[in-house]
Parts: sequence; structure tokens; C-alpha cells
Amino acid sequence: MKKLNIVLEGIVKNNTTFVALLGLCSILAVSSNLSDAFGMGMAVILVLILTNLIISLIRKITPNDIRIPVFIVIIASVVTIIQMLMQAFTPDLALSLGVYLPLIVVNCIIMARAEVFASKNNPLDSLLDAVGSGIGYFLSIVALAALRELLGTGGISFTNPFTNSEVFNLSLFPQYRIGLFVQPAGAFLMLGIMLAVINAIQIGKTNRQAKSSGATVKKA
Amino acid sequence: MELVTLIISAIFVSNIVLVRFLGICPFLGVSKKTSNAIGMGLAATFVVFFSSLLSFGLYHLVLKPLNLEYLALLSFILIIASFVQFVEMFFKKFVPVLYKALGIYLPLITTNCVVLGVALDNINNGFTFLEMIAYSISVPIGFTIVLVVFSVMRERLDSLNKVPAPFKGTAIALITTALLALAFTGFAGLV
Repeated sequence: MKKLNIVLEGIVKNNTTFVALLGLCSILAVSSNLSDAFGMGMAVILVLILTNLIISLIRKITPNDIRIPVFIVIIASVVTIIQMLMQAFTPDLALSLGVYLPLIVVNCIIMARAEVFASKNNPLDSLLDAVGSGIGYFLSIVALAALRELLGTGGISFTNPFTNSEVFNLSLFPQYRIGLFVQPAGAFLMLGIMLAVINAIQIGKTNRQAKSSGATVKKA
Repeated sequence: MELVTLIISAIFVSNIVLVRFLGICPFLGVSKKTSNAIGMGLAATFVVFFSSLLSFGLYHLVLKPLNLEYLALLSFILIIASFVQFVEMFFKKFVPVLYKALGIYLPLITTNCVVLGVALDNINNGFTFLEMIAYSISVPIGFTIVLVVFSVMRERLDSLNKVPAPFKGTAIALITTALLALAFTGFAGLV
């Protein structure tokens, strides 16, 4: 049960994008279509799992004073490996992610999980934490991309990055598309709206809780 | 002439924050006051320029002759992190006035993707030395301009108390940024 909590914490309660507001650069940049966002999400999950695992394994022999440089070297090496693998097996995806792929190195999520969690917990917990935070990131970027592509092009399509074949391509209302949403400005707008919706849900929740606790107080 | 095009395009047309989405964290974090925005902009300009110079030199003088191009990412991030640390110590010891003004922004810059982004751009675009210099100065200038403009808007936004509750804070900041980005698309025809 406790193990499951570690995973869920990263997905919902401490969602890196909407709660912690970390790593927004890539979220905004690579969310103009679903396929790229999917690839980026998978890359971040992979990097996060590997870095968290390695950092947790060497946490006892890492001198405390130089831990940040050590983390940076590990993260940069892992990202370089992932980048090379993607260039070899999914060349088109690597090309469309462009500079944002190597920039995973400076994505605050990776560093934050390394510093806050992996450097203090055992490998299994760190792995679960990486899976949770990674899925949280993945869901955020895919949700943002799906909404942007839907509104911006009037449809939604997905391409398998390994074979470059289209898995599905739904054109729902192409005549009513709002081109703004696939442009850079649309990324800011959409993320702002999504944040506001989440805030509104949370405000509603606390209000209801306050009301129900207020009612019980009155009854008592 | 090509240099002028490069500079204008780096500052306005493909602005690093509004079009390429780099440096969003400091953009949202340090834009609450105009004085902070100017300090952050200056510190970023300084660090971006010199770390680009260092990483460009390292790539062309060391990595390329030795066929170690795949180490670019690893060595660049190390150069940037140690350079920022060095600048901080240097300022603290020898230029306390500058340290007081920029000191608190320097550690934040290591995690600023603009620095690594520009260093990688210089290599990926195959820039010559002159182009690299022009690009590494104009990108942070674009960053500073947007940061300062946005901080002025945000000061007004915070003093107005008419923002609906769910939009308070980051949400309205992002939507304001969207409007700013929309305004910047007007520069698209320039180049």
C-alpha cells in the first residue's frame, strides 16, 4: 500500500507540471502534436527511471558536498545515451524533438527527483517514485498536446515512432479549427486555462469541505 | 547583412521565451518586479555569452579534433555549471557591487535552459565564430526584453484585484504571456 502511494503521489498529488510547475519548457514546446508529446513523455520517463535508480544506488558513496555535480554528470550521460538510442531507432522523432531532447538535462523534474527523493531513499522506492513522477509528466504533456492538436487542427492523429506508420488519424471538425492553438501562443493559453480549471476544481473541493465541516459544527 | 538578419531573428522573430519556450522558469519566477527582471536579464546575458564562448571553443578546439562530438552535451553542462560557480566566487571576492546586484540570480541560471540551449544551438546550426558571437548576444537580449516587458505587465496585473480566483497566480501569468506571444508573431514578417 505504501509503495502504491509513492507512485500515486507523483501522478496526482505532486504532479510535476500542474502542482509543482516544474519543467514547463519542454511541456510547452513539444505539445503542438500528440505524437511528439508521446515520444517526449516516454523519453522523460526512461531518463527519470535510470537516473533515479543510479543515483539511489550510489547514494551512500556520494560525498555530500559534490553531490550536485555528480548528479549532473549522471543525468547528462543518461540523456546522451537516450538521445543516441532515439537517433538510431526513432530518427524522425529525434529530429522533431530537436534541441528539446538534449535539454532534458536541465529539466528541473529530473534534478528535483534526484535531490529530493533518490538521494535519500532505497533503489526500489526511487524506481517507483521515478515511475510516478514520469507518468505524471507523461499524462500532462499528452493531455496538453491532445487538446492543442484537437482545437488547432480539428482532429487528432498518432504516428508510431518506430515504424513511422500512422496508427490512427481522426479528422473530426477540420472546418472549425482554431489555428492559434498549434502556434506558440496557443501553448501558453492552453496551459493557463488547464491550470485555472484545476485551481477551480480544488477551490470547489475546499469550499465543499469547509461547508460540510461547518455544518457538522452547527449540528454539534 | 546576414548577421543583421540573424540578430533580429534571434531577438524578435524566434524569441527564446515566447517562440522557443526556453527559460520559462526564471521568466515566471523572477518577473514579479521590474528591478528583479532587469537583474536577471543582465546576469543571463553575461553567463550566456561567456559560456557559449567557452563551449564553442571546447567543441572546435578539443572535441572535434579528437572525434569526441558525442561528449558535447556532457561537457557543456559541466562547463556551464562550473563557470557559473566560478563567476559567483569571482564576483563575491573582487566585484562586491556587482555581486550584490546579480548574486542571487547566478545560481538560478545554471538550471536555465537558455544557457545550454544557446550553446547547443551554436553547434547544431554550424555557426561561424562571428555568427556565434552575434547569436549569443542577441538571444539573451531578447530574453531580457521580454522579461522586462512582462514584469511591467505583471506589476499592473497584481495591483489590479479583479482576477477571478482560479486564474490567480501562474494561470493568469501564462494567459498574459500568450497575449504577449501573439503580439510577437507580428515580427514574423520582418525577416
